[in-house]
Amino acid sequence: MGSTLSQKVWERHVVRRAEGEPDLLYVDLHLVHEVTSPQAFEGLRLAKRPLRRPELTLATMDHNVPTNDAAPEEISARQIEAMAQNAREFGIRCFPMGDPDQGIVHVISPQLGLTQPGMTIVCGDSHTSTHGALGALAWGIGTSEIEHVLATQTIWQKRPGAMAVSVNGALPPECSAKDVILGIIARIGTAGGAGTVIEYRGSTIRALSLEGRMTICNMSIEAGARAGIVAPDEVTFAWLAGRPYAPKGPLWELALDEWRALPSDDDARFDREVTIDATTLRPYVTWGTNPAQSVTIDERVPSPDTFGADANREAAARALRYQELRPGTPVREIAVDAVFIGSCTNARLEDLRTASEVVRGRRVKPGLRALVVPGSMRVKADAEREGLDRIFREAGFEWRDAGCSMCLGMNPDVLRPGERCASTSNRNFEGRQGPGGRTHLVSPAVAAATAIAGHFALPSDL
Amino acid sequence: MEPVRHVVGRALPLARADVDTDQIIPSHWLKRLGRTGYAAGLFEAWRRDPGFVMNDARYDGASILLAGANFGSGSSREHAVWALREAGFRAVIAPRFADIFKSNALANGLVPVELAEAIVTRLVDAVRADPATEIAVDVEQRLVTAPGLRAPFALDDHARSRLLAGLDDIAVTLLREADITAYEKKRPEWLPKVR
Repeated sequence: MGSTLSQKVWERHVVRRAEGEPDLLYVDLHLVHEVTSPQAFEGLRLAKRPLRRPELTLATMDHNVPTNDAAPEEISARQIEAMAQNAREFGIRCFPMGDPDQGIVHVISPQLGLTQPGMTIVCGDSHTSTHGALGALAWGIGTSEIEHVLATQTIWQKRPGAMAVSVNGALPPECSAKDVILGIIARIGTAGGAGTVIEYRGSTIRALSLEGRMTICNMSIEAGARAGIVAPDEVTFAWLAGRPYAPKGPLWELALDEWRALPSDDDARFDREVTIDATTLRPYVTWGTNPAQSVTIDERVPSPDTFGADANREAAARALRYQELRPGTPVREIAVDAVFIGSCTNARLEDLRTASEVVRGRRVKPGLRALVVPGSMRVKADAEREGLDRIFREAGFEWRDAGCSMCLGMNPDVLRPGERCASTSNRNFEGRQGPGGRTHLVSPAVAAATAIAGHFALPSDL
Repeated sequence: MEPVRHVVGRALPLARADVDTDQIIPSHWLKRLGRTGYAAGLFEAWRRDPGFVMNDARYDGASILLAGANFGSGSSREHAVWALREAGFRAVIAPRFADIFKSNALANGLVPVELAEAIVTRLVDAVRADPATEIAVDVEQRLVTAPGLRAPFALDDHARSRLLAGLDDIAVTLLREADITAYEKKRPEWLPKVR
C-alpha cells in the first residue's frame, strides 16, 4: 500500500520511534511571535538551556503590534520588547516592527521562500496550518511545546489520521478559495477533521493560485484538523523559484526531484474521504459564533428549530442571541458597522487586488468603518507599487501597516460592543474582534462589496 | 510539572459544546509575560452574566470541569490551560477535546478525560441535582467514578506516564540527543537556514 503526502513528510522526519511512545519528529522550521513565546524563553533561561538551532528559528512581531502610526500600548510594548530581547539573547533572526520584512508570521515565511515542500514547520499559533499550501506539514503548538522545540528542535507527536477532501469542478463566478473552505467546514463541521491532516485534492484545488491554497489550508484548524496540506506541483515550484530562501542552482534541481516524489501515491489509503462539487458552491457568510455556522449569501438566517440534535439547536439559539439576528432574515439585509480586510487567511496581494477591483471608483457607505491591513510589509509595498492603496483610500478605507490587527483584537483595532463586522479573517467566536463584537466571516470580494453597500452584498449586486 | 495521580472533587457543569479558547481566556489577557495571573480572565465574558454557572456559589471550589464536545477549539494559547489550573481545575471531562488544547493540558498536569457524550450528560445531571456530588478521576487506573457510575477512559500509555511522573519533557528528550544529532547529519543540504 502506498503512502499519503502527509505520511511521507512525517516518515522523513522521524528521529526516534519506539513502542508505546509517540514519534519524536525533527522540526525544519520554528516560527516564533511575541505573544506565545515569552514564557518559553523564560523557561530556557531558568533551566540554563541553550537554543539548539537558532538558524532554524525565525521570529517576528504580529499579534499585538499597532497597524497605524500610534505607539504600542504599554503592555504590548513590553511583549514586543521581550521578543526583541529574546531574539538578541538567543541569536534568532527577528523581523521587528518597522522592518521591511515584518508581517504576519504565516504570510512572511512563504513570501521569503522559507516554507518549502516536504518540510515540518511549527509555530505557537493554530493557523500554522497555512504553510501546508506548499506541501509542508505544519501545525500549531502550545508554549510548553515551543520551549521543547527551542531546546531540542524536535517534538513528540502521535501519528495523525489522513483525511482527503476532494474538490472538483470550476468555481462559480464570485466564489473564491475562502468560499471553498467555508463550504467544506459547513459540510464537515468544526470537528470534522479532528485528529487528522486534511489533504485538499481535486481539480478545483489544482486550479487555485498558491495564495488561494493558503487560504484553504489556513482554516483547516477551524475544521478541527491538526493540519492541512496540498500536494506541491508546478504552481508551487513557479511560486517558490527565486525567492530569497529558496534553493538555488544545483540545489534547486536536487530539491525539485525530492518535491516531485511527495504527492500521495495512487494506492494510498485515507481514513476518511469527502468529495465536494465546486460548481454548487456560492459565496458564504457565517451567521453564528463558530465557523461551521454559515449559509450562502442567497439564503436567510436559519431557525434553531431546523437543527436536529438538542446540542446544535441550543448552540444555534445561543449564537443568534449573541449575534442579535432573527431567524428568516435574508443575509443581504443584514447591515454591518465595520469591514475588516486582513489576517493570515486573506491579506495577501491577490486578496487585496480582488477587493480593490470591487471598490475602485466607489465609496464606502457613510458611517461604516473599513480597514485594509496587509499581511506583511512586503505585501503592502507591492500593493502600493500597483496603486491599490490609492484605490482603497479614495474609496474611504483606512490603509494600514501589517499585523494581525482586528482578526483577534489584541491591538487597538477592535470592534466596540454590539458592532457588527464583515471580516475576511478566520474566526467568528464571541468577542473575537473585541468584547461584545459580532463577526461574520466572508471572502475579500464579499467584504469589499459589503463595505460599499453597507449590508452583505456581492460585487455584482453593486 | 507536579505528578498527578488522582483528581477528586466537586464539578462545575459547563455543558456547552464548541467552547473555544477565546471564551476560556480572551486575547487581551495574552499580553502578559508570565505563566500566572490568568485566573481572573477565565470565561471573563460569560462571567459578566449573573446566570452563568460559574457564578453559582454552589459550585465554588470545583476542581473538575464538565464540558461539551470539541472543548478548547481554536487558538493554540496555552494560557487557557494556565487559567483553568489557576482557577483550581485539575481535570476537564468532555466528549472530545481539540487537539492542541489536549497537548497543552497534558503538558501542565490538567487531566483531559474523554468520555462518551451520554456519560458526560449523566455526570452533568448528577452534579446539577446535587452540587456536592464528588467525582474521582484516577489517572493510574484510567477510571472515572461517581455515585453509581464507573467509567473507564482512554489515555495513551505515554500521556499517562507523563502525568503520573510529572516528567519534564525536555529532560527526557535530551536523553535522546544522540538520535537528534544523527538525524541532523542526514538532513538534505537544500533545506533553508534563517540567516
